[in-house]
Amino acid sequence: MYPAKFDYYQATSVDEVLSLLQQHGEDAKILAGGHSLIPMMKLRLASPAVLVDIGQVADLRGFSTVADGSLRIGAMTTYHEIADANTGLDALTEVCSIMGDLQVRNRGTIGGNLSHNDPAADLPAVALALDAQLEIRGPSGERLAPMEEFIVGLMETALAPGDLVVAVRFPPSGPASGSAYEKFENPASGYAICGVAAWVRRDGTGRIESCRVALTGAADYAQRLRPVEEAMMGQQAGSEGIDAAAAKAGEGLQFLSDIHADDVYRAHLTHVLTRRVLQKAIERAQ
Amino acid sequence: MGNYMGESIKRREDPRFIQGKGKYVANLHIPNMAHVAILRSPYAHARIRSINTDAAKALDGVIAVYTGQELIDGGVGKLPCGWNVPDIKVPDRWPLMVDRVRHVGDSVVAVVAESPYIAYDALELIEVDYEPLPVVIDARKTTEPGVPLVHDEIPDNISYAWALGNKDETEQAFASAEHVVELELINQRLIPNAMEPRAAVAQWDAYTEEMTLWTTSQNPHPIRLLLSAFTLGIPEQKLRVISPDVGGGFGSKIFHYPEEVIVPWIAREINRPVKWVCSRSESYLTDSHGRDHVTVARLALKKDGTFTGLHVQTWSNQGAYLSTFAPLIPTALYITLLSGLYKIPAIWGEMWGTLTNTVPVDAYRGAGRPEASYLVERLVDIAAQELGMDPVELRRKNFIPADEFPYQTPVAFLYDSGDYHRLFDKALGMFGYDALRESQKAAREQGRLVGIGVAGCIEASGPAPSQVAGALGAAVGFWESAVIRVHPTGKATVLTGSHSHGQGHETTFAQVVADQLGMDINDVEIVHGDTGRVPFGMGTYGSRSGCVGGSALVRAAEKVRAKAIKIAAHQMEAAEEDIVYDRTTGKLHVKGSPAHAKGFAEIAFAAYTAHNLPAGLEPGLEESAFYDPANFTFPNSCHISQVEIDRETGEVHIQHYTAVDDVGNVINPLVVEGQILGGIVQGIGQALTEAAVYDEAGQLLSGSMMDYAVPKAMLFPMFDVDRTVTPSPHNPLGVKGAGEMGTIAATVAIANAVMDALAPLGIRHLEMPLTASKLWHAIQGASGGNGMQATNETPLGGRDEPGDPANWPERQILSD
Ligand SMILES: Cc1cc2nc3c(=O)[nH]c(=O)nc-3n(C[C@H](O)[C@H](O)[C@H](O)COP(=O)(O)OP(=O)(O)OC[C@H]3O[C@@H](n4cnc5c(N)ncnc54)[C@H](O)[C@@H]3O)c2cc1C
Repeated sequence: MYPAKFDYYQATSVDEVLSLLQQHGEDAKILAGGHSLIPMMKLRLASPAVLVDIGQVADLRGFSTVADGSLRIGAMTTYHEIADANTGLDALTEVCSIMGDLQVRNRGTIGGNLSHNDPAADLPAVALALDAQLEIRGPSGERLAPMEEFIVGLMETALAPGDLVVAVRFPPSGPASGSAYEKFENPASGYAICGVAAWVRRDGTGRIESCRVALTGAADYAQRLRPVEEAMMGQQAGSEGIDAAAAKAGEGLQFLSDIHADDVYRAHLTHVLTRRVLQKAIERAQ
Repeated sequence: MGNYMGESIKRREDPRFIQGKGKYVANLHIPNMAHVAILRSPYAHARIRSINTDAAKALDGVIAVYTGQELIDGGVGKLPCGWNVPDIKVPDRWPLMVDRVRHVGDSVVAVVAESPYIAYDALELIEVDYEPLPVVIDARKTTEPGVPLVHDEIPDNISYAWALGNKDETEQAFASAEHVVELELINQRLIPNAMEPRAAVAQWDAYTEEMTLWTTSQNPHPIRLLLSAFTLGIPEQKLRVISPDVGGGFGSKIFHYPEEVIVPWIAREINRPVKWVCSRSESYLTDSHGRDHVTVARLALKKDGTFTGLHVQTWSNQGAYLSTFAPLIPTALYITLLSGLYKIPAIWGEMWGTLTNTVPVDAYRGAGRPEASYLVERLVDIAAQELGMDPVELRRKNFIPADEFPYQTPVAFLYDSGDYHRLFDKALGMFGYDALRESQKAAREQGRLVGIGVAGCIEASGPAPSQVAGALGAAVGFWESAVIRVHPTGKATVLTGSHSHGQGHETTFAQVVADQLGMDINDVEIVHGDTGRVPFGMGTYGSRSGCVGGSALVRAAEKVRAKAIKIAAHQMEAAEEDIVYDRTTGKLHVKGSPAHAKGFAEIAFAAYTAHNLPAGLEPGLEESAFYDPANFTFPNSCHISQVEIDRETGEVHIQHYTAVDDVGNVINPLVVEGQILGGIVQGIGQALTEAAVYDEAGQLLSGSMMDYAVPKAMLFPMFDVDRTVTPSPHNPLGVKGAGEMGTIAATVAIANAVMDALAPLGIRHLEMPLTASKLWHAIQGASGGNGMQATNETPLGGRDEPGDPANWPERQILSD
């Protein structure tokens, strides 16, 4: 209910954020939408001594296109803004329209969600399937981290102390491609018990020539389902091969168990949602 | 003017609530106010070896830190149990526990500080040396050998036992039964989740020695009584308890809680106003929970489906202590309802109230009656299946016929009125039962899991004739009070002992009074929830406000009318019998000459000027009434639902839902419909999503909204809701309770539908909540499965492991 005492800074530029983080070191935490951090502080599961609010940094908001044609979305951009924008990335629009409720979508940010890396969060799966890259600035300068390298483990990311996610880049989906997100909600929290995102591209004959599938909610952290991706190559829409490929979703994975769903059920859901999301993505890839 | 009965007037209180202008306890700010936080046990069972509060006391801004012993030394008493069945053993419960804690969340130390932030900081500085003790969580296991005692002085962890019915006839019924249905089932523990968490603010006046306590209570007068007589010791005339706007209770705010003692005690101790507001996490660990029954039941039938006997044995988990009305719920509000809508000539119900290392359990919307309905209606459905009968046909065969009311059941109650065939006719017609059964057949042939669930439920609402309540164990009466204070201008302030915390009394009670007196509703103000303004009243629970509180208003209004007639007769020089009080206009005139009428306001003014009153008549126009109901009222309902289970994921989709309720006469259909709809979704929550889950160490795993699934709107279809009306003969309004019927009927209407959907797979019964993962596992098990086995136990997700009744102790057979 009542967090421990903390100092609060409102930064107005990326440089100011970085220097505040530098100045306060490990004691400082970035405050974005606050919809993961503040509940944790109120429950005293997190007690940062310093909060650096990045909400007023104009450079961290909005959409642009970078040289390679990628869509660049500022880290402070909210789900609602993304769902409303015409990004051309169906899975991204979809996920940003269903996460949490209206209040959450008006506050939660793409940078915050990916940095937090909750094992049941939705966005990490979509960012993986869409091959996103994170633009990071920190004490060691500026770098681009592919989503798959960014996720290190359970609630662990490649962010080093003092690092700020500045933006997230999505390569263009490309012609004859489609993407989708399917989620099975935890009836209490609304987070994913299991969520699967897929992106596919079809060749001139309609077969799958490229594919990325990623899972969240069902294991320790969001990850690509490579055996499914490989099995999908060359598949035709509507073929039984899609279900066979989806059946590989659990290969090599250790599924979570909690009071809502055991590992067996999560493994089964992963199979079902993988098939459903692939079918949806393929339909969109016209 | 007048004519307000049956009108769907929009709730007058809603603009204030919707605009965030409600006056809740947490909104109260008093200058110089200090803030309390409570340190709670992280263990389900532990001895307290020592408590060190030095560091907390030394923290800047901390005013004082109190342990349980300091409260006891300061005169605080044990929290009493307000319902005492014979031979009950009531365990000691102190506002702060002293040497032992018995559930996670049990209160241990209170801190008072300049701000809530400091108070919570101080909690982290308190060192309690706990010696963890073994725990017992499951009601079924409380008496097993080697199980720890929750209270050393209460053997076998059994606080009380209770039985009712005709035992010998029941035994005979089973001896000669042509068919017997047996069922063990669990009515799982629920957590109330009122939108507004509990809160208390206390202000002490050191000069007058008067204490004011604002508390989120459904019944401020009983709380004042308990504080005065048992826990705090401040005399009633010096203690004012105010429950302003209260944001929902569902029963959880009936009870007397430790913080209601701690907060005023500290306010007096430090001579400053003091505030405590419960966090949501604390609510989960401290608001009394609901349900939690394990039951073994047998229904005896003839081959043709006629019910001949019912035997029920229930273990009711009471938690670590007896909450204020805990023993009432599984006794006089549960076993007494086991007859359902049916003629069952022989019923024998037995129950044991057991203590465990869990949060105390008490009334939660429906309170005992949903447990009874769930049990009876599951049994009836299984019986229909076993006999190869349609569940509706079997029910109809056993209904109490409309011409047999009042009907005496074998379990104490005398049902007032009802026409169950008409009720079912209407509901089945609205639902399109026959056609949907046909399309269900077609769906089943395609392998789809479509189910239809029927529930016919009875409720006893409007507790209760005080004498009967007393005989059943009540420490209080169950009448209600009302005052109608007509002002000289003819407007009225109405004081009611009922309490509104979502029910809409400011509207419906104003309708009753305006209708009774022929007033404009805008001239009627309803006041409740303040012992400083309202005469002693019993508050709101058990769907009693309309039948008991509303009836008290009618009685008071009758007295106002009688006095107005006296004054009118005197002034118009006519006999009292010749005065017509026109309730549609609020005018009084002499029979035959309506043109020469006096308005109600004129009469009121005359009553106060007292210039020209009949000899011997006191001035003023203010009347009060204490209304003691002649009986409970017995609302009844038929709810029918259709669900389809996604074979692949186990998800339940509710496709159709029809509810027809007989709540007697209706004061405000809009308000009643709101109550029914709210009740339905709450009932469906129990069927599909909600459960309090403890692990073996007694940690509440579903201890927040992240894990406790209150149902969301997306789960629900549009509900088709209507009524039949058989007025209750027991009260002047002819109303029956409407607040709990939805909850009572919906749970089993959905559970029966889900089980009907699974019937082709040979699945007979699954315990609630019927979550997707549980259903999926059941479907796998039934259809041979896919070879995968669950490797971890998942309380909401895995398979059911029914407890073995053979492990239960020798049942002592109780005398009736
Ligand atoms: C009721 C509710 C329901 C929700 N439902 C869902 C759901 O269904 N699915 C889902 O995925 N999420 C859900 N969430 C979580 C929500 O999406 C959060 O907003 C999100 O997880 C965190 O984003 P934020 O902007 O709020 O970050 P914050 O809470 O402000 O920060 C989260 C963490 O990330 C760090 N951080 C934030 N921004 C940056 C940055 N730019 N660079 C580096 N570090 C940063 C912070 O320091 C902090 O450690 C829900 C939350 C609530 C309250």
